[in-house]
Amino acid sequence: MSGFVTPSQTVGPFFAMRLPWRDGPYVVPEGTPGAITIIGRVFDGAGNVIPDALIETWQAAPDGTFAHPDDPRGASPGGYHGFRGFGRCETAPDGSYRIVTLKPGPLPAPDGGTEAPHLDVSVFARGLLDRVVTRMYFPDEAEANGSDPVLSSVPADRRGTLIAEPLPAPAEGVEGSPGQLRFDVHLQGEGETVFFDV
Amino acid sequence: MTADVSTERPAAGSTAAGDTLILPSYGRAPAGNHPPLDFTGYRSTALRHPKQPLVLLPQRLTEVTGPLLGDELITPTDADLTTQHAGEPQGQRIIVTGRVLDSGGRPVPDTLIEIWQTNAAGRYRHAREHHPAPLDPNFDGVGRCITDSAGRYRFVTIRPGAYPWGNHYNAWRPAHIHFSLFGRAFTQRLVTQMYFPGDPLLPLDPIYNSVPDEKARQRLIPEFSIELTQPEWALAYTWDIVLRGRNATVFEGRPA
Repeated sequence: MSGFVTPSQTVGPFFAMRLPWRDGPYVVPEGTPGAITIIGRVFDGAGNVIPDALIETWQAAPDGTFAHPDDPRGASPGGYHGFRGFGRCETAPDGSYRIVTLKPGPLPAPDGGTEAPHLDVSVFARGLLDRVVTRMYFPDEAEANGSDPVLSSVPADRRGTLIAEPLPAPAEGVEGSPGQLRFDVHLQGEGETVFFDV
Repeated sequence: MTADVSTERPAAGSTAAGDTLILPSYGRAPAGNHPPLDFTGYRSTALRHPKQPLVLLPQRLTEVTGPLLGDELITPTDADLTTQHAGEPQGQRIIVTGRVLDSGGRPVPDTLIEIWQTNAAGRYRHAREHHPAPLDPNFDGVGRCITDSAGRYRFVTIRPGAYPWGNHYNAWRPAHIHFSLFGRAFTQRLVTQMYFPGDPLLPLDPIYNSVPDEKARQRLIPEFSIELTQPEWALAYTWDIVLRGRNATVFEGRPA
């Protein structure tokens, strides 16, 4: 509990005038070795796509570091050229978004455990009076996911909403990254995504 | 300040295997400070609010860090929305200035603020905007700036107009400017709206009134400032924006 803060208000339908950037979806430049692409759609409680949502992602670098002074372990010794840690993408008319990034590393947890690789994801939209926050985990990390302290705090039957699905690699000779994942967000209703109070 | 840092920060090497990772933590706002996600008066919330309860996430490394977006995004005209075109926009020129603070009263320096708004006639420059009010060729209604070392920001713009929206019969949004802020941690991210004092539409607006606590609601309204008003030029409003504050260091995940 803390003092009053400025209240949240919805982003409304016209945030795209300002918030999206041309390179916003690129946490790393496209074509960066090892880059992965996360695609997904945002749905409402009637199962309709939401064409005016904004997705933002924040995550560690592949070695589990953050370029941030409040990471008590210090910054990555080598650093990751062009890696911003932050991604932003508005949804298209079909409700889809796309983020190009590097897979984050695992993180030490304050209680001595380990957090599985994950992205923090914020969703903003008309009709959301405050952002909602979720996490995206990786499908090829079953063991790490199994001991992740945040996933473990979620009812078992809803954990699946936080784990991305692998998508088939593009065919031989077709441009594209082999690391493609799908992470859909359901704001309400069947398969409602788990959202966190951070 | 220096003393705080030396006591709050772990000594080098304290994160070696088996040791406790000591992180800052950000306080949660009191009840009634933020709007509920389910608010009947605002129709669009009906199908867009989660029905399951939020799961408490004790803050960890990803939550207490965040994007520190900086100067590379900003051009000099970004903070003056009246000089982004060859001609001057229509409407009442205003200055909106203030500080970004945390709830402990500490300034938040070097943080990105992004704003967007209607023109003086109440029209947004957006493809899905259908309000039949004129566009202004000299006004885009978008701005950005970075707070200075004392957390101060300053925009020059045009007073936005009210506009109708389809929420209910004869629904009009009070004039407002959208603000987006990052702070220094993922937990501090805030998107909000600044209204204007004395607007007769405020008591009728479901979005403004979705904030349960009246004092918290009033934090969305700036003060008119004759001191900062520039003679023969522009009216000034001051508005401080308060983000979540950093608590004293706690040992998360450990029993006290």
